[in-house]
Amino acid sequence: MAIFENLSSRLTKIVDGMRGKSRVTDKDITDMMREIRLALLEADVNYEVVRDLSKDIREKARGADVMQSLTPGQQIVKIVHETIIQILGEQEKLIVSPTGFTVIMLYGLQGTGKTTTAAKLANFLKKEGKTPMLVSVDVHRPAAQEQLKILADQVGVECYIDPDEKSAAKIAKDGQARARYMMCDTLIVDTAGRMTVDEDLMAELKKVNDVIKPDEKLLIVDAMIGQEAVSIAQSFEEEIGVTGFIMTKVDGDARGGAALSIRRMTGKPIKMLGTGEKIEDLEVFHPDRLASRILGMGDVLTLIEKASQAIDEEQARKTMESLRANRFTMQNMLDQLEQVRNMGSMKDMLAMMPGVGKQLGNLDVDETALDRTRAIIQSMTVRERNNPKLLNASRRRRVAGGSGVTVQEVNRVVRQYDDMVKMMKQFGMLGGGKKRKRRSKRGMPFGGFGF
Amino acid sequence: MSFFQKFKEGLSKTRDFITAQINRMAAGFGVFDDDMLDELEMTLVQADCGVTASMEAIDAVREYIRSTGDTSREGVLQTLAETLRAMMVEKHLDPKPGELTIFLMVGVNGTGKTTTSAKMAQRAKNNGLRVIMAAADTFRAAAVEQLKTWGERTQTAVIAHQTGSDPAAVVFDAIKSAQARNADILIIDTAGRLHTKKNLMEELAKIRRVIGREAPDAVLETLLVIDATTGQNAITQARAFHESTPLTGLVITKLDGSAKGGVAVAVARETGLPICLAGFGEQVDDLQDFDADLFVKALLPES
Repeated sequence: MAIFENLSSRLTKIVDGMRGKSRVTDKDITDMMREIRLALLEADVNYEVVRDLSKDIREKARGADVMQSLTPGQQIVKIVHETIIQILGEQEKLIVSPTGFTVIMLYGLQGTGKTTTAAKLANFLKKEGKTPMLVSVDVHRPAAQEQLKILADQVGVECYIDPDEKSAAKIAKDGQARARYMMCDTLIVDTAGRMTVDEDLMAELKKVNDVIKPDEKLLIVDAMIGQEAVSIAQSFEEEIGVTGFIMTKVDGDARGGAALSIRRMTGKPIKMLGTGEKIEDLEVFHPDRLASRILGMGDVLTLIEKASQAIDEEQARKTMESLRANRFTMQNMLDQLEQVRNMGSMKDMLAMMPGVGKQLGNLDVDETALDRTRAIIQSMTVRERNNPKLLNASRRRRVAGGSGVTVQEVNRVVRQYDDMVKMMKQFGMLGGGKKRKRRSKRGMPFGGFGF
Repeated sequence: MSFFQKFKEGLSKTRDFITAQINRMAAGFGVFDDDMLDELEMTLVQADCGVTASMEAIDAVREYIRSTGDTSREGVLQTLAETLRAMMVEKHLDPKPGELTIFLMVGVNGTGKTTTSAKMAQRAKNNGLRVIMAAADTFRAAAVEQLKTWGERTQTAVIAHQTGSDPAAVVFDAIKSAQARNADILIIDTAGRLHTKKNLMEELAKIRRVIGREAPDAVLETLLVIDATTGQNAITQARAFHESTPLTGLVITKLDGSAKGGVAVAVARETGLPICLAGFGEQVDDLQDFDADLFVKALLPES
């Protein structure tokens, strides 16, 4: 969506505006800080947190060599990214009681996915070799207990419900006794959703809390939640206490700024992320990925890193030289292909692009197309690679036979090559001249391979 | 309780928040100068009004101050109220007896579609209309049972298949049944779906096609249910749903639970879609026709 323009492109715009100036001024940094603030607010990060954060970032930006850097925009993004990772902290494991019987209580607002998460958690623990039991003390939402029972059957774990009982505390107590009797080592208690405003429900939750004395009190937070996140977390912390939180519906495109806000304002760790509708869709969280998401830039940093690792400087220099000599040969195209290939699978790469990852889903990326193109070029003689004009019908037939493809595919590769040459001419990459040289330094034409 | 009372009470948290912020500012700055307007902008952002809508509103206030020289609290709040009001469109759902109106309830997971469907059924019943509900959420465990329970409480017929069956088939049956029973209203409760799930959005389009084919003469209202605690993702949600199933209106739920009811402004401003209903609580009569004037009045402090 256009309104959530990602931070990098926004900062790039500012940096572009500065082009020609010899150095970045204090005002430029102020402009960039404004963009950062807006980006964070649009990601639903709490305003107070944004204010704190921008102070931190500004300090760091002053200290670092942003002013001297050739790419101040990137430099600042990096600082923001790192700061967010730092706040998000490391993943913390679920608490296991030394008594051998662990009680986990889940609570949160209505509709955040407590029941689903309870079942996912049971599945997760079961896979870890634990024997969990689920109990639902939701005496309010119609069919809530039945929902948990059905999910428990799917997971294949014990479940205790009592739809006719009106007291949540009583169900909790009975459930606990039952879990001990069944020799379960973990009890997961799913509670009724509440709006925070409802004192009755809060009182009920307190009672349940007193009865079962949970080792782990997990707040379930919807990734889509807005500015309200912090006050919700704080009121639960005040009334019941929180040991950590699980963020759900992370598979949507909400940026999940609430994670950052809650972490910063309450200091409570993120324990898990709910990433889909299936029982298995509960994941440990990676601070760096979440940080990128909050900034709305996919794993673009990882991508940049990968790219810079994989591209062989020497190789790149050679290509640049032949470009400058007004020559772009099939051999150059092959070299580039190899480098792209070195970065990893195409699907992985695409998934890291901002805005692409989620849509990718079931899409089949034809990994073999690249390999075929490579095989075709490799079947050409050195002379042909350096001068593709030599490729007449008979030679093309030979190449096709050599690489095990049809002549049409050879034609396709030759056409791609022609297109790339044309494109480079348009961008002024081919041929000498100082201005052009600088431009061509910036990027390798990865496009044009037909993926 | 009067209409306005409902809005006022429901939005009290948001209003208290905004009032407190403005009072704090007033104590700190005295007059509405540039710094204070910046603060005011941030207050709106904090109430989930969204960056774009907030900036626009404050620009209008700035322009007002520039052209009139009036920096009084009344003048500023008045301008603010008018600007926010202009960003919203309201629409009242007014089903007529004797012709079939279909409410297709859609939204992401956990916004309160099932509960809202039940409340709408009750409202319609209170108005003497014949209502049928369709349990088209065949995905979530026990969703069918949840709607059935509501059906018993509101004494409404619920058309349901088993969990896991094709929701479009449920809709087909429900339409046939509504036509046979001469129902005035058919409320279709669909499964919650994240707008990023392409296949689920296609399922919705399919339901929509079935309705178009089987009940071409019925009045179709496709309503997106949005949770008021949602942040700026609400805008993306509205756009994505609108793309796959043209929406005719919005329902904002859980307004009473949130101190940040401003998301209604943000979504209305960004999508231009009318808001039809507002949910202020768990009781059946807590679901009210949306009224933009009252909403803004209830949102901002009384000067």
